[in-house]
Amino acid sequence: MGVGPAVAPKAFGASAGAFAEAGIGVGRLSDTPFVIAGRTFSSRLIIGTGKYSSHAIMGRAHEASGADMVTVAVRRVNISDRSRESLLDYIDSSRMFILPNTAGCYTADEAIRTARLGREAGLSNWVKLEVIGDERTLFPDNEALIEATQVLVREGFVVLPYTNDDPIACRKLEQAGAAAVMPLGAPIGSGLGIQNPNNIRIIREFAHVPVIVDAGVGTASDAAIAMELGADGVLMNTAIAGAEDPVAMATAMKHAVIAGRLAYLSGRIPRKMYATASSPVEGMVGRS
Amino acid sequence: MEIILNGEPYQVDQPLSIVALLERLDIDARRVAVEHNLTIIKRHRFPDVIVDEGDKVEIVNFVGGG
Repeated sequence: MGVGPAVAPKAFGASAGAFAEAGIGVGRLSDTPFVIAGRTFSSRLIIGTGKYSSHAIMGRAHEASGADMVTVAVRRVNISDRSRESLLDYIDSSRMFILPNTAGCYTADEAIRTARLGREAGLSNWVKLEVIGDERTLFPDNEALIEATQVLVREGFVVLPYTNDDPIACRKLEQAGAAAVMPLGAPIGSGLGIQNPNNIRIIREFAHVPVIVDAGVGTASDAAIAMELGADGVLMNTAIAGAEDPVAMATAMKHAVIAGRLAYLSGRIPRKMYATASSPVEGMVGRS
Repeated sequence: MEIILNGEPYQVDQPLSIVALLERLDIDARRVAVEHNLTIIKRHRFPDVIVDEGDKVEIVNFVGGG
């Protein structure tokens, strides 16, 4: 995959892909563009808009991350205490594609209703579909998720479901028409990293749509591991928003995703039990 | 008369359009989605759809999320 003449990806909102951004123009390596449902993104990092200490810091973290897609939640307008500050004032919509989610929905009906409202409030028919099955773990409810995917795909939505790290669930979601599958690395907001790397690898093997690891990233190495496993992208919120310095962490995540992707494409060395010397074994001083 | 606005009772003088309701609430119509008695109202229909006694209205917007 991805070895051949350099391709100039037609990127959304930017002209350069991860490789150009990383200053990589030599060697045989080039990447395929990151495309979901026909739309090309210049960054493989997708980030959230929740839990930031201020809108201003969020804006700076977004910029530092290099991401060109952000998630948002759909909620009731606060009638009694209306702040003039809208989240959208702090999202550069000329550069960022806005992906509404159905976070907090516990039934297919609730998620479908929220997705429809998000479509009306926004500018696109895309949705990050969540149907939660349990409050403590926020693990998805597979059956309800598949059902909601089917309904929304029929209605013309581009559905990106947040799912368990279960290859069979991912396959069913793809069959239901999902434009990508987004397996969790670990529970939302847990920062535990990729708990089941082999499943992510199998999901990548099975899928014919982009695989985006969504949730569980705690630090940069987690994002790099997700990419090294073959994920096409990584989606995160808390790891950046909850860091002591969100702007610096956003920068770290940008590099981690690029590094992980490059490592994946580069073809890592096999793991071996014993050492293989890096320096020549011949010509040692003082030996006969 | 009373309507149910985002799940809470809300007093208005008389039936009014969704545009009028949003103006009264000082809400920018371009940034919200509105559901009237469980039906989503397209933005171009905001001037035509009338909210009457006891009607349920949901007004949503985007907030931070992951």
